[in-house]
Amino acid sequence: MADMPTPYAPPAEIEGPRSRALLVGLVGLAACVAGFIVDRDHFFRSWLVAYLLFLGIALGSMGLLMIQHLSGGAWGVFRRVFEASSRTLPLMALLFLPVVLGMGTLYPWTHPDQVAQDEVLRHRAIYLNTGFFLARAFVYFAGWILIAWTLTRWSRRQDAGDMRVNLPIQYLAGGGLVFYTFAATFAAVDWIMSINPHWYSTLFGFIFVGGHGISALSFTIVVSTLLARWAPMDTVLKPSHFHDLGKLSLAFVMLWAYFNFSQYMLVYAANLVEEIPYFIARTSGGWQYLALFLVVFQFAVPFLLLLSRDLKRMPLRLVWVSAALLLVRDIDLFMLVAPEFDAASGANLHVLTGEHASHVFVHWLDLAAPLAIGGLWVWMFFTQLAQRPLLAFADPYLRNALESPGGH
Amino acid sequence: MAHSETSPAVHGLLAEFATPGGLVHATEKARLEGYRHMDAYSPFPIEHLHEALGLRRSKVPLITLVGGILGGIGGYALEYWSQAIAYPLNIGGRPYHSWPHFIPVTFETTVLGAALSCFVGMWALNRLPQPYHPVFGAPVFDRASRDRFFLCIEATDPKFERYATARFLEGLHPVGVTEVAP
Repeated sequence: MADMPTPYAPPAEIEGPRSRALLVGLVGLAACVAGFIVDRDHFFRSWLVAYLLFLGIALGSMGLLMIQHLSGGAWGVFRRVFEASSRTLPLMALLFLPVVLGMGTLYPWTHPDQVAQDEVLRHRAIYLNTGFFLARAFVYFAGWILIAWTLTRWSRRQDAGDMRVNLPIQYLAGGGLVFYTFAATFAAVDWIMSINPHWYSTLFGFIFVGGHGISALSFTIVVSTLLARWAPMDTVLKPSHFHDLGKLSLAFVMLWAYFNFSQYMLVYAANLVEEIPYFIARTSGGWQYLALFLVVFQFAVPFLLLLSRDLKRMPLRLVWVSAALLLVRDIDLFMLVAPEFDAASGANLHVLTGEHASHVFVHWLDLAAPLAIGGLWVWMFFTQLAQRPLLAFADPYLRNALESPGGH
Repeated sequence: MAHSETSPAVHGLLAEFATPGGLVHATEKARLEGYRHMDAYSPFPIEHLHEALGLRRSKVPLITLVGGILGGIGGYALEYWSQAIAYPLNIGGRPYHSWPHFIPVTFETTVLGAALSCFVGMWALNRLPQPYHPVFGAPVFDRASRDRFFLCIEATDPKFERYATARFLEGLHPVGVTEVAP
């Protein structure tokens, strides 16, 4: 094997987007450092939003990778893209540090004086305290990275011809999906929901994880459309494979809408003082237009477009829907976080004393932070993608699915 | 159909194949040869057979879409009529036209309308139920639901000529070619 060329070796052309992404990332990072110095509170909030977008792509890709190991089928041609995305998780653990530094800005329950005068926060302190928060974050990242790393390692052994991993990889995928979903649910509570420490919603974790599915599928479609331009994937990727991803995108768009609407309707129906402020903040002060934008562009328009079979089978059209969905995902995460903050000072409204209404705003750091994290993340993604063959050619299930004409 | 006056009438000619690949290949050949009135029979769906037969796009998705839209409009209208017009109730001070509460019913009736129209539309377009079809008369045909793949060129095809078509089918390496009585 040593002298033979590696089958399905990544094309040299991916060096282009890889180095451009690094450049964008470094420019964005410089802007973020400036933002950190001049406007610290806004920096932490913007960083959290952008961070959640790219963490969602990495985690969603790991989730899809595990679903693919369990379901089998021809959409395994995208496995190496999923694997490369999930191997960016160590970078994401590093990029979590600014969130830790910004805990005082982001999370009111970190202030002892706030907790002392707030009975609800006193009761929640057993869960919402800095030490336990950091310990939980450590467990999430340790678990996610361990799963991603082991799945990749076993997949590499499969490439080398070791077929003993075929079954263990499926067991790990089953257990790993359970861990990923639980850990992501807790992470959503810790990192987003506790920004408003009085509010709670049992559907929130599902909305977070459902969003990961949209982000990861959209990113995979964009990257695969790029890879399909070059050898070796130009002969491997067929309209039917993009059709599969398009169908999954449609399903996740519907799932996202279903979870969000269910949450909205339950809160609307119950109309309780501890739940309703979350939606009052997001349907007043100008935020209602952004809410309407999300209903139209994260559900109605992509739903109607993705219904079309022809569109799903034409990568060059599907890719525009997916790219737009990635942008809308960022706005959706902005909508989860930003209405809890003061437009002028960037402080958490729940820390400020007195009456404060939230007014719609956008800060220049909300553009800089996605460029910084996105650039670094995409650079890391292509770095990881370049290290492995682009097709899991040795997987007997995948080979079988690709050879039988009716398989999906 | 001049030939049907000079020879006993047939429904068509049935060629039997051992593999799905053989059936797809034969269907493509028959289509290239100019045959249009033909049908293929297989124990399971074969992906490329659809294109080989040159079937038009099914109308079932369109029927389903229309059924779903009508179901959704109907469900919302039912809610609006009953909650806001026929029997308005003040529930916790909410407006009578409290649209978030109408969505679950609208969703359910959309699914119901789509599912029913899909089912009925598919049956109607396939002219089901159809208890009898001439190919059932061919003795070999019972294996179409088990392990054999059949291509039937029907006598209504303008290019159908009993002996020439039989010779053509024989050239496609079938397991056998049978005449199907009408």
